[in-house]
Amino acid sequence: MILAKTGNEAFAYAMKQINPDVVAAYPITPSTEIVQLFSNYVSDGEVDTEYVPVESEHSAMTACIGAAVCGCRVMTATASQGLALMHEMLFIAAGLRLPIVMAVASRSLSSPLNIHGDHSDSVASRDSGWLQFFCETVQEGYDTLIQAVKIAERANLPALVGIDGFILSHCQERIETLEDQVVRDFLGRRKPAYNLLDWRNPILVGPATLQDYYFEFKRSEIEGMNQVLPIIEEVQAEFGRIAGRKYPVLEEYRCEDAEAVVVLMGSACGTVRVAVDRMRAKGKKVGMVKLRVFRPLVHSLLKKSLVKFKKIGVMDRVDAVNSYGGPLFTEITSVLYDTDERPWVFSYVYGLGGKEFTPEDAEMVLEQVLTGKEDELVTYVGVR
Amino acid sequence: MRELKNDPFLDFFRVDERFPHILCPGCGIGTTMATMVRVFLDLGIKQDELCVVSGIGCSSRVTGYLDCDTFHTLHGRALPAATGIKLARPDMKVVVIGGDGDIMAIGGNHFIHSARRNLDLTVIVVNNFTYGMTGGQYSPTTPTQERAATAPFGNVERSFNVCFIARAAGAMFVARSTTFHVAHLKKMIQLALQKNGFSVVEVISQCPTFYGRYQGLGDAVKMLEWLKTRSVDVEKVANPWSVKDRFVIGVLHDQEEVPPYSQLYQELRNRAKEK
Repeated sequence: MILAKTGNEAFAYAMKQINPDVVAAYPITPSTEIVQLFSNYVSDGEVDTEYVPVESEHSAMTACIGAAVCGCRVMTATASQGLALMHEMLFIAAGLRLPIVMAVASRSLSSPLNIHGDHSDSVASRDSGWLQFFCETVQEGYDTLIQAVKIAERANLPALVGIDGFILSHCQERIETLEDQVVRDFLGRRKPAYNLLDWRNPILVGPATLQDYYFEFKRSEIEGMNQVLPIIEEVQAEFGRIAGRKYPVLEEYRCEDAEAVVVLMGSACGTVRVAVDRMRAKGKKVGMVKLRVFRPLVHSLLKKSLVKFKKIGVMDRVDAVNSYGGPLFTEITSVLYDTDERPWVFSYVYGLGGKEFTPEDAEMVLEQVLTGKEDELVTYVGVR
Repeated sequence: MRELKNDPFLDFFRVDERFPHILCPGCGIGTTMATMVRVFLDLGIKQDELCVVSGIGCSSRVTGYLDCDTFHTLHGRALPAATGIKLARPDMKVVVIGGDGDIMAIGGNHFIHSARRNLDLTVIVVNNFTYGMTGGQYSPTTPTQERAATAPFGNVERSFNVCFIARAAGAMFVARSTTFHVAHLKKMIQLALQKNGFSVVEVISQCPTFYGRYQGLGDAVKMLEWLKTRSVDVEKVANPWSVKDRFVIGVLHDQEEVPPYSQLYQELRNRAKEK
């Protein structure tokens, strides 16, 4: 079916089709609408979900964990301070290997208070052990949320699917949706690795492991994350067969014979596409590498792709405050460190707090990367 | 330096910088804010001796409009921030203003523990029974069975009585008023500010945009009439805590003062220094 939906509406619609067993959430701009609209599906009897409006995001994630431990398929949505308030529970969800799926309308973190889109909330949760997807369009958000459920449940790891706050969450797009039954057949039932409510086989969840086992547990969690990439590719291929839409983990846009490329995630990829087209029309050999999956870090794919270029600009919609370049920049420079080619890599931080990032800004960045003249490590695009 | 209007009331606001405000037409928060400022003026509380702290939400936007020391903190966290401010500057008047979602839900734990500690400040809880800023979800004060964005068939949860909790948790002074009873509201805020200890004023306020619409209560004028007819003075009821379907307004609890937290803390510091 072809529908006009905002990012939030598309997420809510996808959640309706996924029909999770439990959703627990707390309102926060700009993601409120996701669960708000979803609660309408609950009250209209279109889903079988137990919907729990809790008293804070910390409780929301805790309720999700409680339900997931009992074998349920669990989802939630949040943003910004809400995700920050969930922080300690994020690690518990990942450590307990619970495939909770969270829709995030990415928004900057206080202070100063700002409700608009950047990636500081999701990227601040980077080390919590969650899979992280960043989407370019509303369509991609819808498709990715459905895929994320299957990926998370196969990997036994929680997953976060991000769309940029307001830029996508409140922007209406034409999207193609699947039939409810197609989504439900695609996902099937969750087959939990363990179930607290299986009273014939009582288990203890979350006990203390000190020097005896903690490290081994973490090591196995890390190994779980290391094995996610093939699962993502497998699920994407399956999804491609039913939906006819495919999203590579790493997309190269007009990168053939490119001398300079930029690497980035999220909605600004669409902006950069326009800039690349304009510059290609002028005969400039530039391209874009779009990264769709931030966790697990797809280092082998990144290395294979990026060694082909001489100059690379890495664009972060978040700053890690006094680290050596933006968060994605540091990941990419370490990926490229042990290659013979060692391309030039420049760091660009743009769009913090929803600051507008135009095709002209993107052209400026591409031009700079192409000429390779950088006085400073990090360029803050468009800041006064 | 900004231009002063030579009107003490107007000069309490950042008129040129921050107005017009973002509140919906007919909202009761403006009434509460203006009444609060009139009490500051009546009591002679100078802008330099006052710090107003808020969390996040419609009512919490008040801090942005006042021309005194204000701190717009995180959702639910006004009271912990206010605790720090009061301990650092016990001589300062500290007032917390926030809504039912902010203070009773995500910040509920801070509310009961600040009351238990008897932190000497005043909390103004603007209770409009809903999360207004995010679109009218039901809050911990939304009465059972009433409708909200997240409760189209009625809220199945039980609701908090803000004043009852404040009293049970150890507040020195607890009062309730409404945005219809402005003179009464002013009196209640005045008494609360004069109390040395944890004082709470619950202000029942109208949200015609969400709560009123979901309950079919009509526009702001109709909601003010609703506040008028639903309210009953505490003097006219036998037991204010057992009244179910009316807003009991007035001083609900006013106990003999005990030393407040900042004073006890200061005494402890002095004792430790002597050793």
